[in-house]
Amino acid sequence: MDKERPKHLALHLIQLPLPGFVSILHRVSGLLLFLALPLLLLMLQYSLRSIETYTQLMAILAHPLAKLLLLGLLWAFLHHFCAGLRYLAIDLHFVRDLEQARNSSKVVIVVSLLLTVLLGAKLW
Amino acid sequence: MVSRVVTGAHYGLRDWLIQRITAALMAVYGVALAGYLLLQPHLDYDVWTALFSGQPMRTFTLLFLLSLFYHAWIGIRDIVMDYIKPTGVRLAIHVLVIMVSLLYAIWAMQILWGM
Repeated sequence: MDKERPKHLALHLIQLPLPGFVSILHRVSGLLLFLALPLLLLMLQYSLRSIETYTQLMAILAHPLAKLLLLGLLWAFLHHFCAGLRYLAIDLHFVRDLEQARNSSKVVIVVSLLLTVLLGAKLW
Repeated sequence: MVSRVVTGAHYGLRDWLIQRITAALMAVYGVALAGYLLLQPHLDYDVWTALFSGQPMRTFTLLFLLSLFYHAWIGIRDIVMDYIKPTGVRLAIHVLVIMVSLLYAIWAMQILWGM
């Protein structure tokens, strides 16, 4: 093809559009959650097995680093959840044009962050 | 054009649809569990284990986890198909994810029914 290609692309001006940003975060958060599965299953096991393991788990989770990790996973879950609901809405044709795609992306980012802060504050 | 039916065998739509059905199921379970826990005035070991002592809760939790593993398998496979091209590496990751998910499923049953 000898079609002329655009020259002097201003790479610093090219941005991933907001829906694309939400999309890649959906992937990243999903992958993070999958990688955290053994940890989460272990936590479930410790929390249910006996009062001793439950107390042990609570002591570990009281550590600031553990809390930070849990907060990160909470955000990953909430973002994945909200972005997933947005995809279901798109599949059901509730999101029809670019304007709505952008607005719903904003809603996903804001709501998932807000819920992370609210639930995080409630848990600690 | 051949008319495609969702219930037919091995269309791309099958995985696409399963991912959405498992997502809806997990969303319902997640919201219900979060709502129940947030409404508890004192969430301690007794409340937590009492919740998981009934057969229906254990069954739905297992259903949730199985949905999660299937949902995650489709998602991971999509990511692998996009970024990893060599067939050998791709196959190795696919096999690894499936084996790990099956082990998780067995582990989940041991957790839920062995408490």
